[in-house]
Amino acid sequence: MIDTQSKNSIIQIFRVYKKYGGKHALTDVTLDIPKNDSLLISGPSGAGKTTLLKLLYLAEKVSAGQVLVDGMNLARISRKRIPFLRRKLGIIFQDYKLIPTKTVFDNVAIVLEAMGTKRRLIQKKVKSVLRTVGMEERINSFPPILSGGEQQRVAVARAVVGDPIIILADEPTGSLDSDSANIIIELLKKFHTRGTTLVIATHDKELLNKIGGRIVHLKQGCLQPSA
Amino acid sequence: MILHYKRAIQDILDHKFLNAVTIITIAISILIVSAFALFFVNASDIISSWQKGVRIMAYLRPNIPHADIGALKLKIQDFYGVQNVKFISKEEGLQMLKDQMKRQPSLFVDLKENPLPDAFAIRMIPTSKNREKIEGLTTRLEALPEINDVEYGHRWLARFTNIFNLFKLTGFALGGLFSVAAVFIVANTIRLVLYTRREELEIMRLVGAADSFIKAPFYIEGIIQGALGGTIGLAVLFVTFLIVSSNVQQSFALDFFTVRFLSIKVYGTIIFCSTCVGWLGCYLSLKQFLKS
Ligand SMILES: Nc1ncnc2c1ncn2[C@@H]1O[C@H](COP(=O)(O)OP(=O)(O)OP(=O)(O)O)[C@@H](O)[C@H]1O
Ligand SMILES: [Mg+2]
Repeated sequence: MIDTQSKNSIIQIFRVYKKYGGKHALTDVTLDIPKNDSLLISGPSGAGKTTLLKLLYLAEKVSAGQVLVDGMNLARISRKRIPFLRRKLGIIFQDYKLIPTKTVFDNVAIVLEAMGTKRRLIQKKVKSVLRTVGMEERINSFPPILSGGEQQRVAVARAVVGDPIIILADEPTGSLDSDSANIIIELLKKFHTRGTTLVIATHDKELLNKIGGRIVHLKQGCLQPSA
Repeated sequence: MILHYKRAIQDILDHKFLNAVTIITIAISILIVSAFALFFVNASDIISSWQKGVRIMAYLRPNIPHADIGALKLKIQDFYGVQNVKFISKEEGLQMLKDQMKRQPSLFVDLKENPLPDAFAIRMIPTSKNREKIEGLTTRLEALPEINDVEYGHRWLARFTNIFNLFKLTGFALGGLFSVAAVFIVANTIRLVLYTRREELEIMRLVGAADSFIKAPFYIEGIIQGALGGTIGLAVLFVTFLIVSSNVQQSFALDFFTVRFLSIKVYGTIIFCSTCVGWLGCYLSLKQFLKS
């Protein structure tokens, strides 16, 4: 079992293995993330960064080991409770995962709609968060006509609009120029100072330096001892 | 909730053709089922109006002494299902016949002797007014030595009840069959919509939407399909009914009852059922889809 020494851990990953078919994506990963930590997961392409994040929001299940998120044992969580887990998380997907048939506004609003937020408040919050990421002009556009960077900013807006307690970011600045990247970094930092836990997967050196926090290295699915 | 309605209506507009096909299919099913219902309503009208008026005539053998008639009447009165018995003497009978045929008095001029027998007119209690009970009573009456012949009106209608029951069975079977078909068609439509939107639905789940939130608009969609299909089916039936009924009324000259359309209650039931069909179709496909 997971040791309960660190009472203020918000995420505990204990001896986790993940296999896709016969292929090992993660091997014996143990990681403890305290509340309000800022954890950066670096590593080359194919190291298993995305896979690790997927285990946290239950897009994938572990092959072996345990994962605890905010007190919930993900191996035991019932299907019905998965949405509650995901509402605690603000997820920035590596491939954005915007709904192409919905406007920018609707893409972001859906998080709040699913939580049952009042309509008037949704309007206000969505507009405000889109302003923060500099997308208020494209509020009625559809994602396919946006540039990669613009889509990414919408994805960030959607991730933070619900005031999550944990932000899982998979290459959040992957397709941004450094000015736009800075906006996103500042935004993430702002959430961090407000108490949000950050888990960021990236191989962007600039992001690693700018955002600050603990850095762990993944290589071929194994955590490297920190230098 | 408004949100879900908006999403449902948007969805129907996004998949106009698919929804049109579904609604038409439901409409056709409802049309067939309710056409049967309409037939039953009117057929049972005929039967019940016959039942209301049914009267058994028991004709006596000639030369039964008058003194015996009182006893016989009491005996018949005691038969199960009999409400009242009225004696009609042959003189009364002849008078009634004459009254009915006032236009041809010549028919009776040559009559030297009254050809009619004495008779009892027997009415039955309401619960016994069905074919079996009436036939049973008829048999018992025929067994009496004093009775020569027994007759009751609209005997053909009694036979009709048998055919009617057969029709009823066919109607139920067909109705059931079409309802099942409609359920599957709705299920299929929703399945197709789900399939075209699976990516979107998956994203909604990833950002924390509960299954119920994702399902709600589809249920609304299914229910709209059902209700709309039902309404259209009934509307078509009603128009057809208006055209056909006037012809039927004229050509059959069924003066003892009028053809009528379904009552509000039946109407409501049919719409309710077709709405359930929409709901059920939706339920089936969603159940399957969300498992994956
Ligand atoms: N659904 C899947 N099925 C099979 N193999 C997969 C699947 N997803 C990931 N993998 C494999 O698992 C390994 C880790 O993939 P992952 O996406 O976690 O890498 P990553 O560190 O996020 O890489 P990148 O920096 O390129 O995003 C890769 O070798 C990949 O091919
Ligand atoms: Mg990745």
